[in-house]
Amino acid sequence: MSDTGSETEEATEHTALMDGHIAEARPDRVIAERIAKKRKTKPDNQRSYGSVDGVSGAASGSGGSTAPNAAPPPPPPEPQLEELELKYGARHVIKLFVPVTLCMLVVVATISSINFYSVKDVYLAYTPFHEESPYAVTKVWNALANSLILLSVIALMTVLLIVLYKKRCYKIIHGWLILSSLMLLFLFSYLYIEEALRAYNIPMDYITLLFGMWNFGVVGMIVIHWKGPLRLQQAYLIFIAALMALVFIKYLPEWTTWAVLAVISIWDLIAVLTPKGPLRILVETAQERNEPIFPALIYSSTVMYCLAATTTGGTEGGAETRPSSTGAAGRAGAAGAAGEPRARELRPLNPHGSRENETNEAAGAGGDAAGFDSAWRARAQQQRRLRVDTVERAEPPRYTTRIDRPNTAHAAPQPGADDEEKGVKLGLGDFIFYSVLVGKASSYGDWNTTLACFVAILIGLCLTLLLLAILKKALPALPISITFGLIFYFATRCVVKPFADALAAEQVFI
Amino acid sequence: MTLAEFFSCSLLAFGAPLVMFAFTVANDPVRIIIMIAAAFGWLLSFLLSSLVWYAVVPLRSYLAFGMVFAIIFQEIFRYGMYVLLRKTEAGLKEISENHNIGSNKLEMAYVSGLGFGTMSGAFALINVLADSVGPGTLGLHTGTEYFFVTSAAMTLCMILLNTFWSVIFFSGFDDKNYVKVGWVIVSHFFVSGLSLLNSKELYAATILPSYIVLAITAYIAFKTAGGSARSLMQSISSRS
Repeated sequence: MSDTGSETEEATEHTALMDGHIAEARPDRVIAERIAKKRKTKPDNQRSYGSVDGVSGAASGSGGSTAPNAAPPPPPPEPQLEELELKYGARHVIKLFVPVTLCMLVVVATISSINFYSVKDVYLAYTPFHEESPYAVTKVWNALANSLILLSVIALMTVLLIVLYKKRCYKIIHGWLILSSLMLLFLFSYLYIEEALRAYNIPMDYITLLFGMWNFGVVGMIVIHWKGPLRLQQAYLIFIAALMALVFIKYLPEWTTWAVLAVISIWDLIAVLTPKGPLRILVETAQERNEPIFPALIYSSTVMYCLAATTTGGTEGGAETRPSSTGAAGRAGAAGAAGEPRARELRPLNPHGSRENETNEAAGAGGDAAGFDSAWRARAQQQRRLRVDTVERAEPPRYTTRIDRPNTAHAAPQPGADDEEKGVKLGLGDFIFYSVLVGKASSYGDWNTTLACFVAILIGLCLTLLLLAILKKALPALPISITFGLIFYFATRCVVKPFADALAAEQVFI
Repeated sequence: MTLAEFFSCSLLAFGAPLVMFAFTVANDPVRIIIMIAAAFGWLLSFLLSSLVWYAVVPLRSYLAFGMVFAIIFQEIFRYGMYVLLRKTEAGLKEISENHNIGSNKLEMAYVSGLGFGTMSGAFALINVLADSVGPGTLGLHTGTEYFFVTSAAMTLCMILLNTFWSVIFFSGFDDKNYVKVGWVIVSHFFVSGLSLLNSKELYAATILPSYIVLAITAYIAFKTAGGSARSLMQSISSRS
């Protein structure tokens, strides 16, 4: 597809008049296109270039055609804000699907290949009841009590974090975060590697292991807390989330895990939606202060906005109509063996939020970048007026062909601040609990259940993003997905599995 | 050996759908979403049919009973997907960069059919595949050694059939041509009914007719989508 993509892009550099030529240039559009032959070639050509008449000029056409292709497009000289606004939706959903899927994949693969994580022997200190009683009632209250204890710990930690944040104790918060990610990256990944090596029966000496661990951990710390390629940061965040999920699966008693999943999604609902909810306060405070939420806590998929960010820096201005979601803070790993993941939510960008760095860039670039609608430009100007005195980082607009994290190009004084607030974000906590659900489902060895949970969670995520687009306010990402996941887990386990097994055994296909 | 069996069976069953997914669906976010939604629709239909099967305890050992309900629910959900897609067409256009996504109505039918089929195929085969890795295998003592390969072949047949069925079904409702809808339902019953014979190990009697039905359905779907012999030749020859 990629070479077709480039050809397409090449074709779009010309005008839409070249329909005939373009049809020649992309001969191997596949079956769907062939189905589309019903309308002969015309709609086929227009398919990718429909946006030409939609907005204006060749630039938008190129944007429209390159979008379906994975290959990074040569950037149009003037990114069309209207285009960007429309792009919210499908693309963002996929941008979240991929990392969520990867995270689940890591967890499921680990669970099904490494025995260690599905064996129950040690439990977290937060879960004093171990469900060893044979009676269902006892198990139920054990699970409930455990999950409530865990929840109160999480709530406490959240409140603590918010108090610290309110009091501007950034040093303490950062120290806390660095400590916990340090522990995850070194201790838990050491455990992970040890168990993986043991499971596959691979001998390894301590020197190599230490060397590898040291490099892995240090790169991780740098990438997460300071700067580095976006892809690498995303990979590390996914891995951290997967590790945390594995820890939960391993160290929580059987039914407590399910109870925790249910309780935490309710907590999520409360914490984000109630006026005095702690996560809401956190997010609002961050917005007031025009600060990004700690980079260690959220996964951001800002690749697509980097182009705009580099060239204009001011996509922020157009954010009102482009609801992006920001997951605040899935905290992983407190100083105890347990992480207290928290702050799973999505929220649209603060429409008036002029983040320091963006505004600086807007100030630098807004002037010379032509082709924005006047309203946007006015807003950018206003932002410049507001924030013109902050750190001097104005840089001429760059038109890179690489889609990259702008930070790597600019020596950013505040890494992550550039794009942490743009694009779609999801708290790491969401990753963790999605993966806990799917991993737990897979630990019983029935792949149908795993698959059902996976699809249910993705659909839940879809619905959440849909609601986000409609409501344009902070939304928790857990409740819908986890509810679907739980329903499908128990339904599949109890009802569907026997039926599916019978069908498979008799080779009856429905 | 078991590993080879695992890979060959999984590639037999999911190779073609995977390629179809990679070439036609994977590069368009909206199509991926439609596909997942269709998969979810299939999941719901299967859940409902399992509930019926589970609830009627005396008939639980007769899979034919569960099968009939499963087919009915699947077709209902296929219709549900049709209604859903037709209702959300405008919205889907809004959120996709590809503003012509709905210009060919059968495009969505194809994608949702693929999602439907993939999910049904996955549910039918994934546990069988997981067992096929070993350490044991079938056919040494009891059972037949063809179990895995026939399961995989039937799964492929069902996945492709579901894709084509959706195309025919959607166009049938679009054009109010209920013969097509009838064909979908009848052939679905026919193929599923045939697969009841699998438990008697009459594989030739099930797989051959199933693939004949598949070929007929593919032809109808191809015609429905507006294809002709000439366009087929064109698409193949201009590829080089």
